[in-house]
Amino acid sequence: MNRHDERYEVLLSGSGGQGIILAGVIIAEAGISHNLKVVQTASYGPESRGGASRSEVILSGEDIDYPAVTQPDFVIALTQEAADKFAPRVRPGGSVLLDSTWVEKPPPDVQATIASFPLTEEASNHFRKPLVANIIALGFFAERNPLLGPDEILQAIIRRVPSHYRELNEHAFAFGRELAGRKTA
Amino acid sequence: MGGAKGRTVLLQGNEACAMGAIYAGCRFFGGYPITPSTEIAEHFARKLPTVGGVFIQMEDEIASISAIIGASLAGVKSMTATSGPGFSLMQENLGLAAVLEAPVVIVNIMRSGASTGHPTGTGQADLMQSRWGTHGDHPVVVLAPATAQEMFDLTVKAFNISEKLRLPVVLLPEAVVGHIREAVYIPTEGEMEVLDRKRPDSYENLLFFRRDENGVAHPPDLGTGHRPHYTGLTHDEDGFFTAEPGKVNAFTVGLNSKLELHSDLLTDYREDAVEDAEIVMVSFGVTARVCSHITRSLRKKGVKAGSFRPRIVWPFPEKRLKQIAQNAHTFIVPELNLGQMRSTVQCAVGQDKRVVGINRVDGTMLTLERTLEEVKKVLN
Repeated sequence: MNRHDERYEVLLSGSGGQGIILAGVIIAEAGISHNLKVVQTASYGPESRGGASRSEVILSGEDIDYPAVTQPDFVIALTQEAADKFAPRVRPGGSVLLDSTWVEKPPPDVQATIASFPLTEEASNHFRKPLVANIIALGFFAERNPLLGPDEILQAIIRRVPSHYRELNEHAFAFGRELAGRKTA
Repeated sequence: MGGAKGRTVLLQGNEACAMGAIYAGCRFFGGYPITPSTEIAEHFARKLPTVGGVFIQMEDEIASISAIIGASLAGVKSMTATSGPGFSLMQENLGLAAVLEAPVVIVNIMRSGASTGHPTGTGQADLMQSRWGTHGDHPVVVLAPATAQEMFDLTVKAFNISEKLRLPVVLLPEAVVGHIREAVYIPTEGEMEVLDRKRPDSYENLLFFRRDENGVAHPPDLGTGHRPHYTGLTHDEDGFFTAEPGKVNAFTVGLNSKLELHSDLLTDYREDAVEDAEIVMVSFGVTARVCSHITRSLRKKGVKAGSFRPRIVWPFPEKRLKQIAQNAHTFIVPELNLGQMRSTVQCAVGQDKRVVGINRVDGTMLTLERTLEEVKKVLN
């Protein structure tokens, strides 16, 4: 690839309403507090009302010129469609996190570590809020990415979520971190 | 930013634009929401009332530009934001603002395609419209930001230019720049220069439209006791219609001379490694971010490549390009349109230079891979 190697690229994807864009914004804000350069972009339009939704984050120690993900280092996919479309694009040796609540068949031929957990189901069972699947995913990401520490991400979450949901999100985040220590389902 | 006390926050380009406008003193927004510009209106609707400003959602884009011209004539810095279809509707009154010497800022977040086009797609095909969209010879200043930070900075600059030269200024970002989120440094009050229009106390012989030694006329704000006559017709220094050829000529030449007289203020570009470059990529807005990535890669491989990006696209910085063309033999002009800047570059560098376009009109940005392939074809 012709991209500059300092970049670390994250691609989050799912369905409109799953909090994909918020999760990308949180990673970007955590990147700023880590003194990194960041770019966050999102697919936009009718798809944000229930169709495929995508959020991209680029983190770099240098100025980021090209503002799109070229080959993601980390892919989070919360639907089958998203998994089929984006998991195969992951950089060889990168990471993929799938929500097995919706992704029944992990795509073949992905040259990366694939972790698969029923994120939405766990969110419903543990927190009665399927919506925090994105925060659980961030907890997982916090443990598995090489740049951002869990506390930086947690602080970014706290700044972004309504204060009366703070505790819920803290628990969801902690749960996601714990998943990262488990063997994948 | 050593010693600066502002703050750095993650902002969407459109939010940064609205914040830059408020920083520059904008206190009136009249607009009609349209993708991909709507976040600008949303930000103004929330924030303007908290700083003593006024937000009005108008019935359409013709009313929107009319409203901001009216507010500006009343002395309030004013702005509207739209996308291609709305920008088309605004063309007639864009000319009116130029002729009335009304400082206003118009943001056109470029979508893709003609007519209603592809609302969520990104494009750069309004470049020529921003120069020639309204009829008659008129002064035009157009700025093309490439980052969320520039959405803030160049919006402030757009207001400064419009106030200083008393003309409409257009900000022309692509949808992708309107929606990108990046770290944006917000300066403290006074840290960044903010210019206000001159407001003379008196006018000799009521010649409200007489130009000063800098070529700028300073008609009074409405409601300040003066009684200027404003018209879109060709007018004399007193503001009233004239058909006398000498005066019609003086009106049109005077109106347009503002640009040449202030070419320093209106020249703004960024360049990288052009001094000894044989191949130069010329582009604007988000496309330039692809080009600088590619030219830096080519440099590492020993190719004498450089990049050039006007931040003010109109007036076009042809003088600087002419200088660059003394060494360079090839210019590559990637654009998200079918070649609108290419011909402008060819004019600037001369017909004997090789000027090649790379064009994409599918609603997406240029990708690194495809652009590099195209560049390699040009190099071979």
